[in-house]
Amino acid sequence: MDALFLQQMVNGLTLGSVYGLIAIGYTMVYGIIGMINFAHGEVYMISAYLSAITLALLAFFGLHSFPLLILGTLIITVAITCAYGWVIERVAYKPLRNSTRLAPLISAIGISLILQNYVQLTQGARQQGIPTLLEGAARLDFAGGFVQITYTKIFILLASFIGMGLLTYIIKCTRLGRMCRATQQDRKMASILGINTDRVISYVFVIGAAMAALAGVLITMNYGTFDFYAGFIIGIKAFTAAVLGGIGSLPGAMLGGLILGIAEAQFSSVINSDYKDVFSFALLVVILIFRPQGLLGRPKVTKV
Amino acid sequence: MSAQSSSVDLKKSLLDTLLAGLLALVIFGPIVGVVLDGYDFNFHADRVVWSVAIVMVGRLLVSVFLQTASGKKFSSRFDLTGSGVVVLPPGYKSNMRWILLLVVLVAAVLPFLANKYILTVVILGLIYVLLGLGLNIVVGLAGLLDLGYVAFYAIGAYGLALGYEHLGLGFWSAIPLAALLAAFAGAILGFPVLRMHGDYLAIVTLGFGEIIRLVLNNWSSLTGGPNGMAVPSPTFLGLEFGRKAKDGGIPFHEFFGVAYNPNLKYIFIYTVLFIVVMTVLYLKHRLTRMPLGRAWEALREDEIACRAMGLNHVLVKLSAFMIGASTAGIAGVFFASYQGFVNPTSFTFFESALILAIVVLGGMGSTVGVVIAAFVLTVVPELLRNFADYRVLLFGVLMVVMMIWKPRGLIRINRIGIAVPEGGAK
Repeated sequence: MDALFLQQMVNGLTLGSVYGLIAIGYTMVYGIIGMINFAHGEVYMISAYLSAITLALLAFFGLHSFPLLILGTLIITVAITCAYGWVIERVAYKPLRNSTRLAPLISAIGISLILQNYVQLTQGARQQGIPTLLEGAARLDFAGGFVQITYTKIFILLASFIGMGLLTYIIKCTRLGRMCRATQQDRKMASILGINTDRVISYVFVIGAAMAALAGVLITMNYGTFDFYAGFIIGIKAFTAAVLGGIGSLPGAMLGGLILGIAEAQFSSVINSDYKDVFSFALLVVILIFRPQGLLGRPKVTKV
Repeated sequence: MSAQSSSVDLKKSLLDTLLAGLLALVIFGPIVGVVLDGYDFNFHADRVVWSVAIVMVGRLLVSVFLQTASGKKFSSRFDLTGSGVVVLPPGYKSNMRWILLLVVLVAAVLPFLANKYILTVVILGLIYVLLGLGLNIVVGLAGLLDLGYVAFYAIGAYGLALGYEHLGLGFWSAIPLAALLAAFAGAILGFPVLRMHGDYLAIVTLGFGEIIRLVLNNWSSLTGGPNGMAVPSPTFLGLEFGRKAKDGGIPFHEFFGVAYNPNLKYIFIYTVLFIVVMTVLYLKHRLTRMPLGRAWEALREDEIACRAMGLNHVLVKLSAFMIGASTAGIAGVFFASYQGFVNPTSFTFFESALILAIVVLGGMGSTVGVVIAAFVLTVVPELLRNFADYRVLLFGVLMVVMMIWKPRGLIRINRIGIAVPEGGAK
């Protein structure tokens, strides 16, 4: 165990926890309506812009203490991103509920293009950034090296695990979660039993957007920069994470995110960081060949 | 009830409008109104007011319109989920043959009349027709969403550039080789994925398109990285189109004793491209009437039923995917020769989206629609350069609106057969 390995382990874990948060959006939407929401990466991108804008506004109004600043940013960003998630579902997917199988996918691509271009036109094509919010790092000394963990990374790990815990609680223990699970298992039966499934589907999109918003704030804190194209590659990776864990499975998405993050960090330190995106993609294809149901998913049985 | 429904409930409309306005304020407010500038920002309150006003007015108009009699008729048309195919009686003779004759005539005269600019625009249009036709087989006929179609286009273009540099291949030998190479790449990518639920293909091809671009960008020693590579000019039976041939050969215009024309290269590419497009059109026309083409469409409509009937769904889908890929490979060769060089910026996701927009607008499965849409979507932006920034936005809106309004495209698909009378068979 050398220091570099451990250092990349820490980096991968933080990256992976954020992938997991975004993967939740893919996996929940897929579980409930069997559709890949291509615009989900763009929702993350929007939330990155929103977090920078909220931070700038809060600082402008004289808020400078870290806990208040980050709490305010989180709440406002999550709230507005949820509105985005709801509107996207309402405008682009709801009218297509009974359409052909291909229609919602193409509509999702359309939304993804619209969001990218909308941000590019309003905010400009150049890279944007935020200043470092949380300075400093913990340093663990080793025989032959040291591992440095910035406080930002610790915060990211904590926040994403709290987010995942909260979501697990909502899905497992609340009325809303029960409705979501019922709709996922059998939409027709759920609606016979008095669940407004259209509304539940909207809720699922909002929950996915909230998780993507949390990820947006956290990634922006860690890297500091983003642009209007940022949602594309992160979206593909989060989807890979969702497939890796078994699409449709909530713990699978979290686990898949962590594994993908660690694998990617190790790959870029050991082999080549130019091709780390290629690696994630190759991983996706390999999973699809050998274990299409993912780690925690069950093989799908098609019934007529 | 009927008296009630014909009058407009203005209170409800106003409430809808107010809600839409509030939502628009929340959604557009921060991103439109606060523009980041370094770690600082600028306020643009006027833009927020405009966007919210547009949303509110639009919502009010839609809300009032849908409550009127014609609006009700309009919205009830959305509920029709017909297959969108018009069945023509047996023995029906299409007027298409005359239109086709006209097109061929216009195409034959064009090189003598057009200047270089028009010629290049038409070549670009024809390249997108080729791409649109190829993707139409994949998306329109077989119902497989390919979001990395541009990767096969890149394989064709770079196939010519790399083949010329390392193997000394020319334009003519590159065309079949690029088609084979692209089809092979399609098979490698498609085979594992096509066994799975159809939606996986979309994201895997999306990733593949991006990966090809990344590799072309990063592998500088082979592909020249972002600087791109030179591509040779095409030749006709070894005759070059320049004023002076390289290596002491005889150029085309001297050999045939015609006056030198700097557009000769483009006229040549145009002619060959036109013939290729016509051939592909014919092949596609025949394919849709073959058992294979019927199998594509049947699989698109109901996969489970097809498998129960004994169709090998993987092979049928794979054949569509490979034919589509090889068409893109051929288009790539033409694009590379037309441009004279290739670099990775020509093969971004935007290109895939453009080709998809062509197929979506033209109508999935419709050939004529795709040809028209390809010209509209490539030529119109050439004319409206000022709106270049809004192109992507327009494509996105186009895709969403088309899917909601007419998921089968603007042009109806015709098929000869015996129609079942209204209300079922007697």
